[in-house]
Amino acid sequence: MAKVTIGKKACAVNPLKMSQPIGGSFAFLGLRGAMPLLHGSQGCTSFGLTLFVRHFKEAVPMQTTAMSEVATVLGGYENVEQAILNIYKKQKPEIIGICSTGVTETKGDDVDGYIRLIREKHPELANYPLVYVSTPDFKDAFQDGWDKTVAKMVEVLVDKPTSTRRDPARVNVLPGCHLTPGDIEELRTIFEDFGLEPSFLPDIGGSLDGHIPDEFTPTTIGGIGLEEIATMGSASWTIAIGAQMKRAAEAMQARTGVPYRLFERLCGLLPNDEFMAFLSEISGRPVPAKYRRQRGQLADAMLDAHFHIGGRKLAIGAEPDLLFDVASMLHDMGAEIAVAVTTTQSPVLERMPCEEVLIGDLEDLENLAKARDCGLMMTHSHGRQAASRLKIPFYRIGFPMFDRLGAGHLLTVGYRGTRDLIFALANLIIADREDNHQPTPDTWLDPWKDFQPESPDSAVVAPLH
Amino acid sequence: MSSLSATIQNVFNEPGCGKNANKSEAERKKGCTKQLQPGGAAGGCAFDGAKVALQPLTDVAHLVHGPIACEGNSWDNRGAASSGSQIWRTGFTTDINETDVVFGGEKRLYKAIKEIIEKYDPPAVFVYQTCVPAMTGDDINAVCKAASAKFGKPCIPVNSPGFVGPKNLGNKLAGEALLDHVIGTVEPEVTTPYDLNIIGEYNLSGELWQVKPLFDELGIRISACISGDGRYKDVASSHRARAAMMVCSKAMINVARKMEERYGIPFFEGSFYGIQDSSDSLREIARLLVERGAPADLLDHTEAVIAREEAKAWAAIEPFKKRLTGKKVLLITGGVKSWSVVAALQEAGMELVGTSVKKSTKEDKERIKELMGQDAHMIDDMAPREMYKMLKDAKADIMLSGGKSQFVALKAAMPWLDINQERSHAFMGYIGVVKLVAEIDKAIYNPMWEQLRKRAPWETANNNWQSRAIAQANAEAAALAADPVAAEAARRAKKICHCKSVDLGTIEDAIKTHGLSDVAGVRTHTNASGGCGACAGRVEDILAAQKAPAELLQAAE
Repeated sequence: MAKVTIGKKACAVNPLKMSQPIGGSFAFLGLRGAMPLLHGSQGCTSFGLTLFVRHFKEAVPMQTTAMSEVATVLGGYENVEQAILNIYKKQKPEIIGICSTGVTETKGDDVDGYIRLIREKHPELANYPLVYVSTPDFKDAFQDGWDKTVAKMVEVLVDKPTSTRRDPARVNVLPGCHLTPGDIEELRTIFEDFGLEPSFLPDIGGSLDGHIPDEFTPTTIGGIGLEEIATMGSASWTIAIGAQMKRAAEAMQARTGVPYRLFERLCGLLPNDEFMAFLSEISGRPVPAKYRRQRGQLADAMLDAHFHIGGRKLAIGAEPDLLFDVASMLHDMGAEIAVAVTTTQSPVLERMPCEEVLIGDLEDLENLAKARDCGLMMTHSHGRQAASRLKIPFYRIGFPMFDRLGAGHLLTVGYRGTRDLIFALANLIIADREDNHQPTPDTWLDPWKDFQPESPDSAVVAPLH
Repeated sequence: MSSLSATIQNVFNEPGCGKNANKSEAERKKGCTKQLQPGGAAGGCAFDGAKVALQPLTDVAHLVHGPIACEGNSWDNRGAASSGSQIWRTGFTTDINETDVVFGGEKRLYKAIKEIIEKYDPPAVFVYQTCVPAMTGDDINAVCKAASAKFGKPCIPVNSPGFVGPKNLGNKLAGEALLDHVIGTVEPEVTTPYDLNIIGEYNLSGELWQVKPLFDELGIRISACISGDGRYKDVASSHRARAAMMVCSKAMINVARKMEERYGIPFFEGSFYGIQDSSDSLREIARLLVERGAPADLLDHTEAVIAREEAKAWAAIEPFKKRLTGKKVLLITGGVKSWSVVAALQEAGMELVGTSVKKSTKEDKERIKELMGQDAHMIDDMAPREMYKMLKDAKADIMLSGGKSQFVALKAAMPWLDINQERSHAFMGYIGVVKLVAEIDKAIYNPMWEQLRKRAPWETANNNWQSRAIAQANAEAAALAADPVAAEAARRAKKICHCKSVDLGTIEDAIKTHGLSDVAGVRTHTNASGGCGACAGRVEDILAAQKAPAELLQAAE
């Protein structure tokens, strides 16, 4: 059981956190033919866009209401109206997803009211799909923006079912933002192997998996379609992945009566056993032979890798759900979660398998990793400077991953995904030992240095360099 | 905010800028910031521009006062290189929360500065204002002043919140911050007659170091580079340099000009992209330094170095020329380097089939026109499908562009090379042009393209995405050709002024209705060219085309 502490510094150094509206826009990117629109100054969009483009190595649609200083002070009605009209005419998306930002929230723009007025004034937009989510930058984090947006999508885009008849094969899947397009594809295959028909909301596996599009569109090039979302009320189950998705799953249940099951983790042996058992139960089919084999492979990978991962001191920085999932899996493999840093509050944090979880930044992660002598760092690409200063192996997880390829296809879910993650981490540790820790005649000159009584942690305020 | 708006007005009054100097008093007041189009804008904000311009200063702490978006979403994303301190790559932000929005964030900012100085002890802290604290009224000038006095360390306010305008304005506001608070505040320990400032060079991918050995050989000392691989002390004492070179044509013209005004440092605008440009720039530097008192033999030394380097570069390009002559390049780049890259490519025998000069000044465009002759094909805004069609019609063998527009080319299985700020290759100076040519050669001749251009086994010739895209484009063209009314409507719908969103038809009608004969008249009636002014040339062309039939008619009578 972990104690959750909130950093007390006035200055965040090397932020781990990214902003809420970007998380919200990310969710819209999982809808087919969508255009995310940030209501803020154009930099708000430009920074987010650059993040996505560098992470996925894909063209990413995203627009801005381009708020000027004057417009901000007077209120942004005209900018929102113009932006919607321009996008409606030019890019012709199937849906426009609007997120607010810090600057328009500071002014207090009533975007829901604006949208009502715009629909009245422009009859062609009366029933046009517009979804608005309030996501001020000065509150919460990326993951929160995603979960609020998905919940709003459910409330606005899912039809209330007219009959109580349910399709036994159909399941709704509400994935957290910590899953990659590769994870979504892996899950889609698993569901289909059980004879189930999954609807992913959102489905970044369809839009950001790096495919060649059928047609050049200035909107998203795949993802779940609006007609499929509308009928999600006919599914027999909703499966939410990651604690962040509880809000959306509850919204779905409230709106459609579809019961939900929340899987907080899909990385590791036992969480996947539970997942398989559940799929078997709801589909009425035995677990396919393929997954029985994969389970054996994962068990064997754990056996082979525990020599390397067991006892490793891990410093991990990630958003709550990813942190909880991956850190718990490594804890189950015998790693010591020596440092855990995250971005925002979540009920899973106090169940982390470590003493303390800090809501902080990468300076905290680095200083604590140094003080506690960690031998493995896991966080997003911005951890690269810290890892190279500490000279410890570094594995990139989460968003953004801008300095390596294949970010969209990294797996953490399923038996197979867990197996590959374990191999990758063990290999990193082996390489580190071979490259940096070969024994020399001097290795044992001070043989008792690792057995000194521990000194209290005082390095948190030390500078990085 | 009043001092900020005064600064912005001041920045708009830029006699060093040819475009600006030609404007009327009233127009100048409106400034050269592009009026942003909601739902149709792209590019960074003024804060982004300020940060881009100053962040390459390597030894100072760059502290962003704002919510997490401004720094959290953007830090450590620049390819500038440092020969020393890495503190510039550290992300510092006050990450303000709701409480700070309600009660003000000045105290947090002050404490943040204190923490940074205690932990990192940089020679200076640059504090960047952003939209939210600008709205709530946090006075970063006052906080910086108090912190400077208390901690005995320069704290530099950079007043450039995102919503005051686009990136380009931010570049200039960053320059103003340097002029107001940094340049001239420290006297240099040594000066030489060979001291040169380089302004507007960011040392992306370490490309300044492709040229620096030549300076070293000639004994030319870079007293300050603003801001690539820059040091606070060097910039603070840069007012004693003898001459300056301005590299990035628009970004920091105010710095170059005001340093000339205040400290008598003459500057010229030059580039190190391409062989000819490199030689011209070296010559100009030597000339200015000698004018300012450097020994005259610098000129001869410079000529000797130029002759040697040019010979080496030509010899290195020679083997590529055979492979690249006649290869067509589609160049899509934001302004500043367009014309110099064009020169470089032509040196290797390549042809340009089109170029986007979205961010270029008119002067840049004229230079491209000059370089490319009368066939210059200007493409201001190309839709992805048109872009693909152009590539597909084998009009281009490779596309050169910035990071975000690459995907059309790549997905169409066309070679592509990054020439904007996120690129990982350095292309400056004589060696840089050879590297650029080598990269183009490597991209064009990669054997992978052949495989990727083959159909998948289940695709037929007429049923793949490529043929569908072409068919769609052709169908649209055919529909227009068959329907003169629609064709005319499409012709008239062509966007002329992107800032004010004015199409060709509106301008033609205004010219006819009001008998307009100049750009100012068109602007008054349609608003066209009332934004950045870059479309004035296109408006002139329209005026000329409209006038021509009338004159012909008169002549016939």
